Amino acid sequence: MMRIKQRFARLQAENRKALVPYITAGDPAGKTVEMMHELVRNGADVIELGFPFSDPVADGPVIAKAHLRALSHGVTLNDVFSMVSHFRETDNETPVVLMGYLNPIEIMGYEVFAESASKAGVDGVLVVDLPPEFADALVAQIRPKGIDMINLITPTTSDERIKKICSVASGFIYYVSLKGVTGSARLDVTSVQQRVAHIKQFTDMPVGVGFGIRDGESAAAISQAADAVIVGTVLVSELAKFDQEGGTCLQRVGTQVSEMRIAMDNR
Amino acid sequence: MSDQSKSQKTLDNEAYQQPDDSGHFGQFGGRYVAETLTSALQELEATYRELWRDPAFQKDFDYDLAHFVGRPSPLYHAERWSEKLGGAQIYLKREDLNHTGAHKINHAVGQALLAKHMGKTRIIAETGAGQHGVATATVAARLGLECVVYMGAKDVERQALNVYRMKLLGATVVPVTSGSQTLKDAINEALRDWVARPEETFYILGTVCGPHPYPEMVRDFQSIIGREAKQQCQKMTGKLPDVLVACVGGGSNAMGLFYEFIEDQSVKIIGVEAGGLGVESGEHAARMAGDRKGVFQGQRSFLMCDDDGQITESYSVSAGLDYPGVGPEHSYLREIGRAEYVYATDDEALAAFRGLTRMEGIMPALESSHALAYVEKLAPTMKKDQVIIVNLSGRGDKDIHTVAAIDGLDVGLQG
Repeated sequence: MMRIKQRFARLQAENRKALVPYITAGDPAGKTVEMMHELVRNGADVIELGFPFSDPVADGPVIAKAHLRALSHGVTLNDVFSMVSHFRETDNETPVVLMGYLNPIEIMGYEVFAESASKAGVDGVLVVDLPPEFADALVAQIRPKGIDMINLITPTTSDERIKKICSVASGFIYYVSLKGVTGSARLDVTSVQQRVAHIKQFTDMPVGVGFGIRDGESAAAISQAADAVIVGTVLVSELAKFDQEGGTCLQRVGTQVSEMRIAMDNR
Repeated sequence: MSDQSKSQKTLDNEAYQQPDDSGHFGQFGGRYVAETLTSALQELEATYRELWRDPAFQKDFDYDLAHFVGRPSPLYHAERWSEKLGGAQIYLKREDLNHTGAHKINHAVGQALLAKHMGKTRIIAETGAGQHGVATATVAARLGLECVVYMGAKDVERQALNVYRMKLLGATVVPVTSGSQTLKDAINEALRDWVARPEETFYILGTVCGPHPYPEMVRDFQSIIGREAKQQCQKMTGKLPDVLVACVGGGSNAMGLFYEFIEDQSVKIIGVEAGGLGVESGEHAARMAGDRKGVFQGQRSFLMCDDDGQITESYSVSAGLDYPGVGPEHSYLREIGRAEYVYATDDEALAAFRGLTRMEGIMPALESSHALAYVEKLAPTMKKDQVIIVNLSGRGDKDIHTVAAIDGLDVGLQG
């Protein structure tokens, strides 16, 4: 276990930065495990797997629609665990972080969630609407299972809260580089660099940066400042075309990831 | 989180003081939002804390309530209706007589004052039946601020008159086509908007739901209803009421009436949810008829969701009650046994709408008609010297075309 820690340690030794693609589990239907392997083949270091929720308020229209498509295919949290188990049959090294909203976990029960996630081979959990003040009960269940609690920090998070978040979080910190929902406007690399440096005064954990990264150029720029580059909307909007265009979408997503990987490694 | 026994003790032995510092009412409430919204909510909480205790702010708020809203609203003894039901004496708290036609203007005025103090230039809101949207568009017009109102596309259709009113007031109405196309989806869009532009934007939330401090703040702004009702009842009947009844969608009009009476244990408190086509049909908004608690739109509360935690669609003939969540303080009052929650179906509410209109010459909103429907069952079981106060949260003008459509008539302004 503790795949996240091991992965970041290895990357640091190699002087490389982590590439963390996000996809929503169950979108497109039946292709998630295949897609996860495709992401790894193209240079993904950690996979963020969204578990669908009916009301994903922190996500923009692209990812919100992916949640709804997955739900229309009947994808449940237990199905997401099955996908991770299936992925683990042939990949026991790539860390998988589940990302989503609290209510499905709440209804399942924290204990059952932690047990099932651990059994499936999940390494981290990012619950968008669970702030650090109220996270203790969930952390108490997942941490003994070796599962990290990933937390968000934003441009407007106060220093006091950064300290609090760093005390609850493990694995890595997810810095949201932009105001707004996922898929928002272009990012300002200089301010991200300054902010990441600021966060690093409070923690030794790796800092990943997400929101607003769409191509090799932006991925390479962010990787100058951050330990991990997190990319979601641009991939999910490609996967949204699956019903019309079929498997070529999956390959194109692989190519997008590969381009980012190359740009980051050659920065 | 406070545990149950501690919560109970708080009410029995000490003054009622909810929520706690973290915004929880017992296990309910809180601030379950993405980090992207936290600083905006902290800023709002700090401003609210400072101003709500500030005599100058109170003076401005009282002035607006008196001269802009038209308070105090009357407490009206519905004599013919009471006589017909043959039991308790029924008094209507006439929030329908407020400027813009509902209780929503009370909290809109309060939040607008906060927005002005904070130097915000842009107001956003969500609306279900349109009453909160109209109230928000009204206060924004008065302050000369840009106003954007998110409204479910289905509600835009059901409430064409209010949509037109908002546009006349200068607001931009954005129809939301995602999900159930009702209030919950309008709130999602308003939250997304706020996250993107928190510096210049004030989100005037329309009920006692959402992340802390909204449930507390909206309750406090609405609590004028109960304070007035208490004084008026004592003056008119010489005593406290025996029962309070109010409809509960998000629950703002109900909390406004109930709050002042929570420590008066002799007063029974009853909230009426929307039973829609009947709770057994699944087509309803009676959140507390089920036993499901969870986290949704920033708060922990009773809500409607499936076994996988996905929020399910609610239904009511009244757009204002069609919401899968409920204010956390209501959940708390139910859990500690201080309030009881029942429901009335569409048919019962429509019958009450027609009944009060004919019997008293007062046309109630379909939301309020749910409370009236329950009173029709309750009053006959009580004695003639007992008193019920029912909150007439709004007037029925906006619902005329809904009722007309049920009667097979087209009175225009359909969406």
